[in-house]
Amino acid sequence: MNGPVAIVTGTRKGLGKFLAQKLLASGWRVVGCSRRPADWDAPGYTHHELDVGDEAAVVKLVRETAAAHGRIDALVNNAGIAGMNHLLLTPASAVEKIFHTNFLGSFLFLREVAKIMSRQKQGRIVNFTTVATALDLEGEAVYAASKAAVESLTRVAARELGAHGITVNAIGPTPVATDLIKLVPEAKIHDLVQRQAIRRLGTETDVWNVVEFYLRPESEFVTGQIIYLGGARG
Amino acid sequence: MKQEIVELICKALRELNTGNAKPELNSPDLETRLIGEKSALDSIGLVSLIVDLEEKISAKYGREIVLADERAMSLRQSPFRRVDSLADHIVTLLEAKA
Repeated sequence: MNGPVAIVTGTRKGLGKFLAQKLLASGWRVVGCSRRPADWDAPGYTHHELDVGDEAAVVKLVRETAAAHGRIDALVNNAGIAGMNHLLLTPASAVEKIFHTNFLGSFLFLREVAKIMSRQKQGRIVNFTTVATALDLEGEAVYAASKAAVESLTRVAARELGAHGITVNAIGPTPVATDLIKLVPEAKIHDLVQRQAIRRLGTETDVWNVVEFYLRPESEFVTGQIIYLGGARG
Repeated sequence: MKQEIVELICKALRELNTGNAKPELNSPDLETRLIGEKSALDSIGLVSLIVDLEEKISAKYGREIVLADERAMSLRQSPFRRVDSLADHIVTLLEAKA
């Protein structure tokens, strides 16, 4: 196989697995990762077990990928954890854990992959935010703040990396029926959906559509952008 | 070890200058400036140098180091200012990891 190479984080299940499989079906070689082993495999897919907030592990994975494939064309920074709680009831340890995975993990992968991409003078980075940030959702202060940090990182990185031929964009999905929202009360999801311009849950295909748009060769002039699904805006 | 590191840095600088756009990078030495107004490198050049050095160090010593570490950020004077100070910084990182 000699298709383009993507690193996708959080591929053990859910959206990450779906996106990795879509990329594979489109001819990409995919390096995925998660804390635990994946229970799926496919030709062209390699899985690593790591904590995305572990700097040494991220450095090792990215450099091994570049050495094995000779290039890295795209990074899909999908790995993330959510946490719902009133902010007065949120322990510091929960804040650290959510920022560790959502922001630090995205930052470390972006930094290391961008080093490889800067030598190639091209690359695509797609970060993940959430409509919870755009809508300032009650009960999601820490999760929304961690993704606001990712949005800020996206916009600044787009400027710093533009001269290196690297685009950096983000997608903000609405709730998609994955493990990430399985513990959220149904009424809460209903209220959230009512605040969207198009009032339905998102699908994995909705997310893939935007990711695929950002990765297209024709999207080389699209950077620093954040697309929220469903017309969600504060 | 420092002499080896200095040679790695100088080699990386010469390789960066394949188009010969900056004659002063053809014969770098300990005093060659890497940042600031008197540097022959622009910001993209400095990033390329750092990426290249991390790879060269990995290949030569089998160690995965990140040059922009906390120590580099907290020093009053950047270790990236000259070849000499960058070599000292890399030696410190390698010795800390040993």
